[in-house]
Amino acid sequence: MAQYDKYDRKTIEELIDGTIDFFKLKEMLSNFKDTDRFDKYISILQERVPWDDPILLPAGLHLYIVQKPDGKRIVKCDCGHEFCEASDNWKLHALIYVRDTEEKMAELYPKMLAQDPEWQVLREYYCPGCATQLEVEAVTPWYPVIKDFEPDIDTFYKEWLKRPLPQAK
Amino acid sequence: MAINEKELTSRKNIGWDGKTLKQMREEIDQLSRTTGHYAGLKKLPLKETEPIRYEKIFSKLRGGVVHARETAKKVAASPIVEQEGELCFTLYTPEGDSIVTSTGIIIHVGTMGAAIKFMIKNDYEVNPGIEDGDIFCNNDCQIGNVHPCDVHTIVPIFYEGELIGWVGGVTHVIDVGATAPGSMTVGPVTRYDDGYQVACRKIGKNDTLLKDWLIESQRSVRTTKYWLLDERTRVAGCHMIRDLVLDIVKEEGVDTYKKFIREVIEEGRRGFVNQVKTLLIPGKYRQVSFVDVPYKNLDVPPYARVNTIMHAPTELTVHKDGKFQIDFEGVNRWGWHSYNATPVSITSGIWVMMSQTLIPNDRVNDGAYYASQFDLPYGSWLNPDDIRTAHSYAWHFLVSAWSPLWRALSRNYFARGYLEEVNAGNANTSNWLQGGGYNQYNENHAVNSFESAAEGVGASAVRDGISHAAAIWNPEGDMGDMEIWELAEPLIYLGRSIKPNTAGYGKYRGGSGYETLRMVYGAKDWTMFFMGNGYMSSDCGLMGGYPAAAGYRFEAHGTNLKERIEKRLPIPTGGDRDPDNPEYDRLIEAKEIIRDKQAITTETIFENYDLYLNYLRGGPGFGDPLERKPKMIEDDLNEGHLLPRFAESVYGAVVTQDEKGKYIVDEEATAKRREQIRKERLKRGVPTKKWMEKERKKIINKEAAVQVRHMYASTFALSEKFYNEFKSFWNLPKDWKLTEDELGVPVFGRKINKMR
Repeated sequence: MAQYDKYDRKTIEELIDGTIDFFKLKEMLSNFKDTDRFDKYISILQERVPWDDPILLPAGLHLYIVQKPDGKRIVKCDCGHEFCEASDNWKLHALIYVRDTEEKMAELYPKMLAQDPEWQVLREYYCPGCATQLEVEAVTPWYPVIKDFEPDIDTFYKEWLKRPLPQAK
Repeated sequence: MAINEKELTSRKNIGWDGKTLKQMREEIDQLSRTTGHYAGLKKLPLKETEPIRYEKIFSKLRGGVVHARETAKKVAASPIVEQEGELCFTLYTPEGDSIVTSTGIIIHVGTMGAAIKFMIKNDYEVNPGIEDGDIFCNNDCQIGNVHPCDVHTIVPIFYEGELIGWVGGVTHVIDVGATAPGSMTVGPVTRYDDGYQVACRKIGKNDTLLKDWLIESQRSVRTTKYWLLDERTRVAGCHMIRDLVLDIVKEEGVDTYKKFIREVIEEGRRGFVNQVKTLLIPGKYRQVSFVDVPYKNLDVPPYARVNTIMHAPTELTVHKDGKFQIDFEGVNRWGWHSYNATPVSITSGIWVMMSQTLIPNDRVNDGAYYASQFDLPYGSWLNPDDIRTAHSYAWHFLVSAWSPLWRALSRNYFARGYLEEVNAGNANTSNWLQGGGYNQYNENHAVNSFESAAEGVGASAVRDGISHAAAIWNPEGDMGDMEIWELAEPLIYLGRSIKPNTAGYGKYRGGSGYETLRMVYGAKDWTMFFMGNGYMSSDCGLMGGYPAAAGYRFEAHGTNLKERIEKRLPIPTGGDRDPDNPEYDRLIEAKEIIRDKQAITTETIFENYDLYLNYLRGGPGFGDPLERKPKMIEDDLNEGHLLPRFAESVYGAVVTQDEKGKYIVDEEATAKRREQIRKERLKRGVPTKKWMEKERKKIINKEAAVQVRHMYASTFALSEKFYNEFKSFWNLPKDWKLTEDELGVPVFGRKINKMR
């Protein structure tokens, strides 16, 4: 079937690593999508993380929603740090650094190109485990911390992928 | 009056089977609503029984519509059309639903459809009448347009006395006679400053433009020649497409054509649902963007002199059944500036964006519209409750409001493994160099530089964004040739180069922006202005990446460039590479040199030999910059994308230079420095909940600049939901309120006020 097994595992690994050949990437962009991508992708990610909790869904670069043996769904960093339950906002359990002065902005941009902290601040969210910068919010002061990703995992697996959710052993 | 009544009763209806167009419109709406399928089509009999014939008709139509656009583009005189492809043609059903569209500024798939629906709703069949050979024109924003400079030509298509469809063509004209020259003037704060607005008017009969129209329209704009040639371009394209449709009808039969146009829209709807289910994940995705509106010190009426911020939060819901919903709850009030939008412009514009990501195929028609839902709060900047609003540069808010939607989609693509589709967002498509006066040919002229059709693209999860490449509003745009712009504008190029540090940083950076330095030459009575974001970035990085840089303006007046050129002394060429350490200033003397974050201005006088810097923005980044490969940082430094002093502070790169001045990143030292930066992060980072306690105190004490408070107050006034969620998130006292009245700024035009 043309839509299945269109790209081998190595190609998907190259895609994840950013080493994929440009013309292969262009072909991927222009063609119909391969229906088994999700399976290959999750299997590669699962193989690469240093823990065994089954990945239900990637929630960002380095972040995963995983299934715990006690039935809970947790947001977890690939370093192993566990943030919170998937229904919560992981950013509320991260470390935050707010660039809200000209000096802090000047580390990033020439003054004329920087955001004016009176109008806009940059909020950097770090993983307390590995210090990776997981998200940056460019918002006005006072802005509530945004809960950006709230997937309906049950519907996705049961009704769209038509299969049961992976279970923790 | 009696005669009219008589005429009315004896007139033959032009719709199918003796119906009026209004009846047909109501029937389609009712069938689509009750069945969930366009026109009630649960099956596609023509496609299912004769698939090859069906595809043949589609290909002929699509090919013909694209061909008409390409031909019209080549015959156009306006560089905006000819260089940038700022035109588009679309074929519609009799009810005004789009069937097939050309490439180009395809936002107008929706806007021209809205104009046709307006004519149907207002009984144009009766008065002024819709006949074979008629030509209609619309550019009225509140009827169906983005901004007045997008002028529509709409032509009905008849077959044996029956209306079988419409064809619409749109071009972005260079001037519409607004308060200042240039098609997207900054000065307007009301509709009455926006320029010449034509409200679905019959301008031609028997395929001929009416003389009173030609005289009036050309007396209403500054660039008469371009106006006329652009109009002929649109008419020619529409007539090419009309001929094509009639040929197909002759070949295939009118009944087949009628079946086809219904089925292709239902197929578009199904295709969209299918794409949603293939690429997305059911759930809710939230994001926000902002644009600075620094009007306090601008030369506008007193009620408009307010510093404020555009607020565009969105919640994308992907429903179980594949339905796609975008809720803009929380957007703030419209304002006395030129950036208000209309519902049709925001929804149609979203399809322009979707055609570049979720539905990247040639089946862009109203089918997708029937598979989606948009919630656009009344009284807000995207659905104003006042006829007086100005829209001359509606795109400023629109492109900024769409940028977060890339992030919503990209989180889905990323989770499903379609990393190639991830895009951190679109650039703020500015600066807009605009102005006018008497040009180098001594003609009354206006300019609007479409160099802004090539901004930095957002980073993906696989590679950097493309530099100086594209603008979201025209997937086919480019920066244009300098030689052509120099013919069109009395502005000589002293440089065109990559602008360092404009791309959002990240594991993969956004595409860099660029800048062009222009010297006024051969002009008379010449004014120009700036139009872009200055104090804020309207985009945002994704998954650890940073937003693209914000903006500023550079202009120099009363320079000694004439003298320096005559004496063959060095003059500024190239970019304002590091505005903190300016180089231009060392090469010129001038009465006034301005570098300022105020990147929106109204008309300023420019004399010959004055300078204007056109800085086009970069795109946002993806991923933690500490993960960027050293080789890529090296390339950034050597190719001018990054100023050396930021290599370490942003990327943790330890850099040296070889004897030829080439930058080299020391990989080992960089790895060590990055470890150190990670430790510094852990030290300076505070638990978010702890930080929230401090921020909460600031909110209770109302410590924020007036523009920030104004943004929140004008949001709260429209949305109790947002106000309650805001209070709940920050755990504010029950009686905490923030109103527009307490800010000491004018509140002209306010109607809805839920904070009363």
